[in-house]
Amino acid sequence: MPEQLAVEARGLEKRFGETVALAGVDLEVPRGALYGLLGPNGAGKTTTVRVLTTLLRPDAGTARLDGIDVVAEPHRVRERIGLTGQYAAVEERLTARENIEYIARLFHLPRQEGRRRAGELLERFDLVDAADRVVKGFSGGMRRRLDIAMSLIARPSVLFLDEPTTGLDPRSRLAMWELIEELEHDGTTVLLTTQYLDEADRLADRIVVIDHGRVIEQGTADELKDRIGGDRITVSIARIENQAKALEVLRQRCNGPVDVEGDGRTFSGPIRTGDRVVPGVVRALDEVGVDVLDLDVRRPTLDDVFLTLTGRPVDAADDDSDGVTGAPLTKVTS
Amino acid sequence: MTDLSMVVQDSWTEAGRHLRIIPRNIEVLIFATIQPIMFIVLFSYVFGGAITAPGFTNYDQFLMPGIFAQSLVFGSAFTGVGLAEDLSKGLVDRLRSLPMSRSAVLIGRTVSDLLRNIFTFTIMVVIAFAIGFRLEGSFAQATLATFVLLLFSYSLSWVQALIGLSVKSVEAANSAGFIWMFPLTFVSSAFVPPETMPGWLEAIANANPFTIVTNASRALYNGMPVGNDVWYSIGWSLALIAVFAGLATRKFGRSTSA
Ligand SMILES: Nc1ncnc2c1ncn2[C@@H]1O[C@H](COP(=O)(O)OP(=O)(O)OP(=O)(O)O)[C@@H](O)[C@H]1O
Ligand SMILES: [Mg+2]
Repeated sequence: MPEQLAVEARGLEKRFGETVALAGVDLEVPRGALYGLLGPNGAGKTTTVRVLTTLLRPDAGTARLDGIDVVAEPHRVRERIGLTGQYAAVEERLTARENIEYIARLFHLPRQEGRRRAGELLERFDLVDAADRVVKGFSGGMRRRLDIAMSLIARPSVLFLDEPTTGLDPRSRLAMWELIEELEHDGTTVLLTTQYLDEADRLADRIVVIDHGRVIEQGTADELKDRIGGDRITVSIARIENQAKALEVLRQRCNGPVDVEGDGRTFSGPIRTGDRVVPGVVRALDEVGVDVLDLDVRRPTLDDVFLTLTGRPVDAADDDSDGVTGAPLTKVTS
Repeated sequence: MTDLSMVVQDSWTEAGRHLRIIPRNIEVLIFATIQPIMFIVLFSYVFGGAITAPGFTNYDQFLMPGIFAQSLVFGSAFTGVGLAEDLSKGLVDRLRSLPMSRSAVLIGRTVSDLLRNIFTFTIMVVIAFAIGFRLEGSFAQATLATFVLLLFSYSLSWVQALIGLSVKSVEAANSAGFIWMFPLTFVSSAFVPPETMPGWLEAIANANPFTIVTNASRALYNGMPVGNDVWYSIGWSLALIAVFAGLATRKFGRSTSA
């Protein structure tokens, strides 16, 4: 028997009138993993989460959570999940502590235990100072943290985070990432949706790319990048006389055709990830006396992945996000 | 936990959430209380001289039960607005993902709104007494009259719950919740006897359940014979609850935040 999956969805379909929100989503998340559901606006991320959390009934397909069917036994599923929706779901006029205790009561935890858990969670989510303040005056980051704390009250087996950093400033984003990483270390299965490539890249064990209600690709961030061709090295040299020598070196080290740019002094070609190609190239060029002006290694970003997979950039759709979409660029200058 | 004890416990948790917020949002309560007081004073002094209500000691004795009924009906609008707020804040998604009773969210909301309405009603009665309204029937009759009014208001809370869950914004819930209450309460016996209206309007007014509820409580407060109006009133209220609690609960089970 295969290891039990935390989430197992087959052929999920959902339409709203004419709009096809899900066109057959398959998804498998093993226990304890952190999966990223990546897609642009309107891809079907929220709809997928809503089906898995029993909020929406699929038109077709099945979904199981810890082996329990979400349509047949929604109540049992609800006992095992935590949901932090796309819009921070907090009661604005209650304090942070009251909010957590309120949800604890709806989970039917004994009052004492609810209090204790609330105390623990406030501490852990850095909300102790604000614990007895009404949520209305909280910043976006604080609300999000409270929101997640409320989802963790009953120690869910699977936690759903729908765009947990949308609308946060860069510092809160970073804090949120650290927090999500900690959750994973605790062994909670996390399914996170995001429109941010760098977020999926940093957090997720595996990324599931979704577009137009369909899973179009999945794998680790590295696998996705390798699938569209691995890293590229770009070298600029000082003097055009050295063109032949430089080309010679690069042709040896690259694992594909080397391009020469218009100025004749800039070359680029694919290299294998993690093969110490770059130091080799630098040394070899030095040995044959080529003066290097600039050297870049560019890992393909998930933007590139997306462009390759869908034929359009990730933010081509309408975009109300103000977030970062680029992935890191490694730059080495000698 | 049995289903029933879960419904009761969760409803109480939900009602507790709303009740706890009332004092933190005291302006809402203050204005909700000022409005009926204003109506009492305005109608009594502005129309009191011009309108005679045959069979009654004075216009106040005729008018006050009508204003009580109208204010309680208006008070039901809080239910729809509150639910629309929960929807827009994403709370409905959260609540629906919890292993709690589904109907508890609506029961807790309607019950807490009923308690709030009882509070404003009490203030209103005190003011009415201050300007000269008197109970001319027995205490038991007055209690029954109050029960009839509160039950009708509670039944309309369920209508408002369905409206609040059906519209797309809090503003829309506010307008959609209020707009029909003007014809409902004015094309009735609340302020003037329907006999003074044009024939077609009089027919509508007499068929209006709000007229029946007003007549029932008015007769009881004034110690007059009430006929079957009490039974009709209770029947209307229970029928509204049965239909709209069912529809609203169903709707809630499918609602997702915007
Ligand atoms: N309740 C609804 N009624 C009508 N259409 C809906 C509803 N919910 C979603 N849709 C539509 O279904 C499609 C998928 O929406 P969904 O919210 O799942 O996308 P998403 O990936 O979460 O997007 P976003 O990044 O904007 O949150 C969209 O075209 C959306 O307009
Ligand atoms: Mg979404």
